[in-house]
Amino acid sequence: MAVLTEEQTMLRDMAREWADNESPVTAFRKMRDAAPAALFDAAAWQAQAEMGWAGILVPEAHGGVEMGFVTLGAVIEQLGRTLTATPLAATAAATSAIVLGGSDAQKAEWLPKIATGEVIATLAIDEGPRFDPAKMGTVTSGGKISGTKEFVAEGDSAQLFIVAAADGLYLVSGDEGVTRSTRHMADSRSHAQVIFEGAPAEKLGDADLLGKVTDRATAAACAEMLGMAEAAFAQTNDYLKTRVQFGQPLASFQALQHRMAKMFTELELMRSAVEGALEAIDGGRPDVPASVSLAKAVAGDTLRLVSSEMVQLHGGIGMTDEHDAGFYLKRARVLETQWGNAAWHRERFARLAGY
Amino acid sequence: MATAEIDAPVNALDAFRAQAREWLAEHFKPELKGKDNSMSAVEGPNNDTPEQAAWKKAIGDKGWSVPTWPAEYGGGGLGKAEARVLQEEMARVGAWNPMGGSMGVMMFGPTLLEYGSEEQKREHIPPIVRGEIRWCQGYSEPGAGSDLASLQMFAEDHGDHYVVNGQKTWTSGGQWADKCFALVRTDKSKKHEGITFLLIDMDSPGVETKPIQLISGSSPFCETFFTDVKVPKANRVGAEGQGWTIGKRLLQHERNSLGGGGSSAARLFAGTPLSVLAKKYVGEDSEGRIADAELRTRIVKHEMDLRAFALTLRRVQNEAKSNQGPSAATSIMKNVGARIMQERSELLIEIRGMAGLGWEGEGFDEDALKDTRHWLFGKAVSIYGGSTEIQNNVIAKRILGMLDHQ
Repeated sequence: MAVLTEEQTMLRDMAREWADNESPVTAFRKMRDAAPAALFDAAAWQAQAEMGWAGILVPEAHGGVEMGFVTLGAVIEQLGRTLTATPLAATAAATSAIVLGGSDAQKAEWLPKIATGEVIATLAIDEGPRFDPAKMGTVTSGGKISGTKEFVAEGDSAQLFIVAAADGLYLVSGDEGVTRSTRHMADSRSHAQVIFEGAPAEKLGDADLLGKVTDRATAAACAEMLGMAEAAFAQTNDYLKTRVQFGQPLASFQALQHRMAKMFTELELMRSAVEGALEAIDGGRPDVPASVSLAKAVAGDTLRLVSSEMVQLHGGIGMTDEHDAGFYLKRARVLETQWGNAAWHRERFARLAGY
Repeated sequence: MATAEIDAPVNALDAFRAQAREWLAEHFKPELKGKDNSMSAVEGPNNDTPEQAAWKKAIGDKGWSVPTWPAEYGGGGLGKAEARVLQEEMARVGAWNPMGGSMGVMMFGPTLLEYGSEEQKREHIPPIVRGEIRWCQGYSEPGAGSDLASLQMFAEDHGDHYVVNGQKTWTSGGQWADKCFALVRTDKSKKHEGITFLLIDMDSPGVETKPIQLISGSSPFCETFFTDVKVPKANRVGAEGQGWTIGKRLLQHERNSLGGGGSSAARLFAGTPLSVLAKKYVGEDSEGRIADAELRTRIVKHEMDLRAFALTLRRVQNEAKSNQGPSAATSIMKNVGARIMQERSELLIEIRGMAGLGWEGEGFDEDALKDTRHWLFGKAVSIYGGSTEIQNNVIAKRILGMLDHQ
């Protein structure tokens, strides 16, 4: 656990308690079965907004608490544990874009509405199935933007898009020139195709903003992955202690104990890497890109291990839809892929470190 | 302990910093910087220069070789916060701790402070503080490695003393040690409860050491034979049958130090970066990357593993400072430290090709020859002090609360 301030600790503990009591995995299951058009849990989002979580990154002058990424990560981690389906991470990533690159007018227009949860915002970056921010086909001309964005998180409901074009980021709001198509994915969450055809767009920040913003989105995803990996591991550990075969609990078999010890070891390293990235962002350090790539690569490898082992060690029951293991497995692969998989981030780390 | 940190007012710490600075200026001569004779703690003072010996005496008399040990036994008697200030001041001038690597300081001393009698502490702690007495560890036996509690070396009760017979092995520095802290059996009818913790003079009649040559060519460990060795009962730590409890506590000190405090991670980062070495031996592609893409991926994975380990070390230290209590992450340190050290050694050899496998003599870089020996000796790290497999048992049982097998 990172060393948190009293205020951060309170918020983290509150988030944990809320997730356990108000938003357990059964809430995600209900959302999945109901499949609302927005593909998130509206009641949970409203509760989060009321608790002020949508404003964690928003400066106080615009109605938020401006507590930074360590705090945001500590909250998202708790939500990841129970697979809470809300647009918190997507909105936070978009928020960071406005905080970092927005003009005073843009900040004044959007941040107060984001802080109250009135506006759901998201990043629209990818144009294909694999993360490739260097290749942007989206173009702008005369204040209008055109291009096709794929797998936009919360794209089914977002009212505000931060859209990447060849020459930088743009703000797009409203439905003029915007066409959304739902993509039903394995994790039952919202990842829409969004086509912009001459949609009114406002320039946001400088050309180097894209990298900063995707690093922040990646760090938020890492925090969710950390919570998921912790929960998947804890549930598997509990199961091994109760499931009896050959007249003894599975937890008494050394082959399984050592697999758990291995996962525990990797989880501790993952926590250090993820918290390290969040701290680098809050510290405004120059090694944010390397720290984030380290975190995403370690998080990707570790969550892949833990989510796969969760199914395997649960045996047949882990294969059933009735059990939660599948939810963790499916969401895990989506987050592993989003914002670049482990191999992508290893390659970036390698280039940054001179390999 | 933690209260010292909170209570010490900032100006008191500043005063202590000034005091430490002044003392260091007087006793640590600038020419001693980088002249750390780290083997002196193990092999004895014989090869110390007069300057090294004087520094050793000064810091030993002051008790700052073990800053937080009680002053009544010769230790520094400092609180945690003061000790940290001292560490910072020593680092600032490049002052090293001549006793820092000794078995007495790292393992035996803390254990004796916890379990020893008043007389034992008065007798044994001060010489450890001053680096006058070298201790070795009599734990493993030929038939008792990972299953340490099956040890057989027997101490027979002869009234006011024991008569000890048996063999210990992997005795680090046994050939140079003055004294040995040993686990012996005093009751053959019980396993763990039949073990007792004894302190044995290495110059007692009947003690014989024989260095073991390792695959790396070095002989840091001995076989130690005990034949009718008389040991006064005053040299027993704790009660008969309490040896396992005491011995395990000592192992925790050992594992914490092996896990690689900050210093060993720093050592891994030191030296020629793997990227530079790989480009030199393997070459670069048109974009300036290591030409062998598969090797490059493995080097990068290793480097990232090392960074995550370093971040974990930092996290454990921060968590300890903030009084959150010992982090669960401490239990993974030895295994991860061993894995990273061994991977790095393997990569260093692989990158250099045949030039990475030189044993001695002409035709090889000095660094490469060191790395060969380091690679071979490094295979011991996942075996000694509780093998990787034993550490995984510990994690499964103590941390995860999984059940005893068998």
